[in-house]
Amino acid sequence: MLRPKVCVLRSAGTNCDKETSAAFKLAGAAPELVHINSLAGGARSLNDFQILALAGGFSYGDDIASGKVFANELRFKLAEPLREFIRDGKLIIGICNGFQILVKSGLLPGDADFDQTTSLIINDSGKFEDRWVYLKPSGRCAWTRGLKNIIYLPVAHGEGKFLAQDKKVLKRLKDNGQVVFEYCDSRGKLSGYPDNPNGSSGNIAGICDKTGRILGLMPHPERHLFSSQHPRNWDLKSKKEGDGLQIFKNGVKYVRDNL
Amino acid sequence: MRYKIEVVDKPGIFDAVGQGVRKDIFDLGISSVKEVKFIQVYLLTGNIAFGEVLNICEELLTDKVAQDYKILSGEKPASPKVNQNVIEVAYNPGVMDPVEESVLKGIRDLGISDVDSVKTAKKYILHGKLSSTQLKTISEKLLYNKLIQHISPAQPLKEDTRHQPGYSFDLVTVGLLSASDKKLLEISKKGQLFLNLDEMHCIRDHFRKLKRDPTDCELETLAQTWSEHCYHKTFRGNIAYKENGASPALGNKSIKSLLKSTIMKVTKELNKPWCVSVFKDNAGVIKFDEKNNICFKVETHNHPSALEPFGGANTGIGGVIRDPMGTGLGAKPILNSDVFCFAPPDMAFNKVPAGSLHPKRVMKGVVSGVRDYGNKMGIPTVNGAILFHEHFAGNPLVYCGTVGIMPKDKSFKKTNTGDLVVVVGGATGRDGIHGATFSSGELTHESETISSGAVQIGNPIQEKKMLDTILQARDANLYSAITDCGAGGLSSAVGEMGAELGAKVYLDKVPLKYSGLSYMEIWISESQERMVLSVPPEDIDKLIKVFSDENVQATVIGEFTGTKRLELYYEDQLVCDLDMRFLHEGIPQIAKKAVYIQAKHREPKIPHKKNLTGDLLKLLAHYDICSKEWVIRQYDHEVQGGSVIKPLSGLQNDGPSDASVTRPLFDSNKGIIISNGINFRFGFIDPYWMAASCIDEALRQVISVGGSLKEMAILDNFCWGNPDKPDRLGGLVRAAYGCYDTAKAFGVPFISGKDSLYNEFSVHGKSTAIPGTLLISAISVMEDVNKSVSMYAKEAGDLLYVVGNTRDELGGSHYYDLYGAVGNQAPKVYHREAKKIFAALSRATDKGLVKAMHDCSDGGLGVALAEMVFSGGLGAEIFLAEAPYQSADRRDDFLLFSESNSRFVVEVEKKKQKEFENTLKGLSFGLAGCLSSGNDFKIYGLDGKLCVDADSRKLKAAWREPLKW
Repeated sequence: MLRPKVCVLRSAGTNCDKETSAAFKLAGAAPELVHINSLAGGARSLNDFQILALAGGFSYGDDIASGKVFANELRFKLAEPLREFIRDGKLIIGICNGFQILVKSGLLPGDADFDQTTSLIINDSGKFEDRWVYLKPSGRCAWTRGLKNIIYLPVAHGEGKFLAQDKKVLKRLKDNGQVVFEYCDSRGKLSGYPDNPNGSSGNIAGICDKTGRILGLMPHPERHLFSSQHPRNWDLKSKKEGDGLQIFKNGVKYVRDNL
Repeated sequence: MRYKIEVVDKPGIFDAVGQGVRKDIFDLGISSVKEVKFIQVYLLTGNIAFGEVLNICEELLTDKVAQDYKILSGEKPASPKVNQNVIEVAYNPGVMDPVEESVLKGIRDLGISDVDSVKTAKKYILHGKLSSTQLKTISEKLLYNKLIQHISPAQPLKEDTRHQPGYSFDLVTVGLLSASDKKLLEISKKGQLFLNLDEMHCIRDHFRKLKRDPTDCELETLAQTWSEHCYHKTFRGNIAYKENGASPALGNKSIKSLLKSTIMKVTKELNKPWCVSVFKDNAGVIKFDEKNNICFKVETHNHPSALEPFGGANTGIGGVIRDPMGTGLGAKPILNSDVFCFAPPDMAFNKVPAGSLHPKRVMKGVVSGVRDYGNKMGIPTVNGAILFHEHFAGNPLVYCGTVGIMPKDKSFKKTNTGDLVVVVGGATGRDGIHGATFSSGELTHESETISSGAVQIGNPIQEKKMLDTILQARDANLYSAITDCGAGGLSSAVGEMGAELGAKVYLDKVPLKYSGLSYMEIWISESQERMVLSVPPEDIDKLIKVFSDENVQATVIGEFTGTKRLELYYEDQLVCDLDMRFLHEGIPQIAKKAVYIQAKHREPKIPHKKNLTGDLLKLLAHYDICSKEWVIRQYDHEVQGGSVIKPLSGLQNDGPSDASVTRPLFDSNKGIIISNGINFRFGFIDPYWMAASCIDEALRQVISVGGSLKEMAILDNFCWGNPDKPDRLGGLVRAAYGCYDTAKAFGVPFISGKDSLYNEFSVHGKSTAIPGTLLISAISVMEDVNKSVSMYAKEAGDLLYVVGNTRDELGGSHYYDLYGAVGNQAPKVYHREAKKIFAALSRATDKGLVKAMHDCSDGGLGVALAEMVFSGGLGAEIFLAEAPYQSADRRDDFLLFSESNSRFVVEVEKKKQKEFENTLKGLSFGLAGCLSSGNDFKIYGLDGKLCVDADSRKLKAAWREPLKW
């Protein structure tokens, strides 16, 4: 498969769909913006795609809780097609609001069918914050192969504090290699605010499911595709690629190698 | 049945909202509150089974990992425990609550259809001993605004006066024909029309000829269209201007149209080929590249923000975003810019004017309003400024700007006869009635009761849905023209679009939020998130499908006729029949008087000092100068992925950038630079030089990030006091001429602008005007974003140059402000010199000779050097004797803190020294020092002795402290 097909799913309030598409395009995929109404209404089908991307934004205004209304749409309108998509070994990525949607629908960490066991709640600072963070990749995930030891991406959210239902869930995530990104300082040391921008337990910035094919993360890899996006890019002119692009390339490569 | 559901965090979960409120209470001076618990409340009404309510709670309203819920049926609240105080805040009836819509959708998605209505409320439980006065203070100063909210259930739910059960048609006419002058004025005042006697006469005479009285709808339409807000009477009218003692002298003159004599004249005379559409459309349009144009508009939303800061700023940014969306055939908004003026946030409560909110609350509310709308729309907020002065206490300034991008062939619109009038987006309610006329008068301490209808809350997701669908319809060529519903609502939008052709509108077809609106209310409602399209009849079905596919309403409400009349119907009855020409051109030319008398201020006597470290620290902590990180971080400045020079830059990403650079297209390295110039303090001395300085500031910031004057345009936004008072208008005239002279000299055209007048606040008849304030926003196209330059010092050993002359121009400076003085020597713009410096620095950045550059603005050279050095986490040694300085007195403090224009600090690598100096040959510059590792920040005075000796980390800490909330 030359150019894997990516469904970048939109709803009212999705707003990082264009740059997420651009990222997949740069990585060699063929992305398409699809409104949830056309999937739910049957005008389009998830069968046509190998990757599902849930982009950032404020779906339905983050009303009630971030990602909640969209997550319920997945649970109540698209449960069967999604089960099939996952059974077929296809890939899902959720960024920021997309991560919130994956967590609130229970697709992540995916302990049981559509059962929520973790959450992303209001930042300890009580407010939306936009800042660049260092991340330590780890775990077993199709999306994170070949990343540097520390990568640098921006976060921009008000509800990104990761929380597990109980210690068992948290332990299981760690033991299974499902913790994919941890917030750290510039040298890779785990530390407090603002390196961990929201108070996430275990400094968790991103997790995947047991198969490693469904990834959710709060930071925005699609906002660091080029060195020009780096906040201190004055000495990076020779370097063209931003830290986030590899994640999308990994998705594309996985599809090419496995599907 | 009615159910009340309370959702609360599980024990052990950190209650960030409650914590924030507790801190705010402490800041009010009340220290007895130990803990605040926040509870989200939902009220569901409908024929709902208990099982369904359980389902709604578990599947929708509660996050089962983090929250618990409680269902209460019946109205009786549990009696609170000792030292537990409960405050529950709910919206007043008729106020838009965006959450209701999402909850109703969520409930429908669960397959439950019998919920009729949803209300939300916020409940706070305050643990600690509080007197009833303290409780009232907390409620009123922090937790609710009575214009839009009420405390429940302590106070019974207000009768829903805005939801009258129905409306039966009754044509209202206004008895003008036989009205006396007194009666005419009374009609204008009572109806909040803000029409003066000349205008009332003109309207009466028009209808005398027609031998009938106008309907209320006709009179309202005229009032909206002729309002200062929509028509800009002051800028277009005649002015008899006199001055005394001013320099440069403009001379006494009679001005035909201030706008055409100054702002528009620059553009006309410069006649730049890349100006695509200026002063015509909803935003000014310039060329971006071979395929795309960009447009820029800046608006103000001052009066609504004074009364309800969150809602005012929220709808302010929402409104200006619709301007690019309504420019040409619709541009995609790609960045926002926000500039505010407040009273100092530490103002004593007893100094806040009656009827006004405390400035800290205003500031927090305004920032939240912008954050909410901008972030949810997915538009990065990349540029801004915040300034402070006590006279903004009753009347803050809230400027919001948006840039959009559109294909070249979508840059013009043309309505055709037979096209349908289609309203898209949100439904119409009673929100914001009289917003346009309300902002055309002064605020008083009673405004909050009289004009509360003008206050609204926005719904950004509604606007985002509308934007998504409009761009699809645009690209499918499904409409011929578009404009936004802003001030004046449908009356302005349809009135403007149909000005040439005439239009017929059936008001009963307009989708309503609730029943009970009269035809007149439908016509002038300023409900947000609506736009009007003109659609060829053959495309209407396709167009409606594009919108309905994504749950956006699009409704045909009339047609463009070719009769040159504005005809409105309600249930087949004619309720308005106006000649378009009278509506748009019938307004009587007004003549105003303007007088400018040069003010004389006290010159402070500041003793010569050897050590200026203390002054530098104080300046860095001045509210105007200090870090605005607390604000900036709350805005998403990265969304859309185009941000290159971000609002914060530095080793720790927290230094103050000069301008923003954005790369709007992923497949091109072309960029857009945005900057702003604003400094009302110079206006205390002479608004002419204030305007010149504002332009210089906006321009030099563009130069600082690596831009050039080549394809640069500017926008003007005047916020001024009551122009009916000759002294206020005199200052405005001088500012406008300052704009003309300076922009012309720099060769930079204006492409759009807006004025907000009547910014005065009166308590019991005593009126305070805001400082006359001009915001200049600059937009410039950059060939290659990879050549952009940031402001923070990069490497030890690099050279620091001071470019541009410093003069003893301390008037209006922040240094004088530290000594409580204004002074008389405002900075001037020496444009011949400045233009050469700007051009040379552009060449230097283009050649890659500049590693960092920062312009000297508020706080002068001293502050610029400090900001640059501490943002880079470095130290420096500076020798003032090497900086270009034209002065008889030659004082270290004046050289360091004068706010002379057209100056920069530039970091250059040693190996590029020669080439850089060659590029600047013949201009005023000096190699004033170099950067060092470590944190020693040392400045040697004109006599070679140390005058500033500080740890750059301490300087930074002082700069960060004041607004570190």
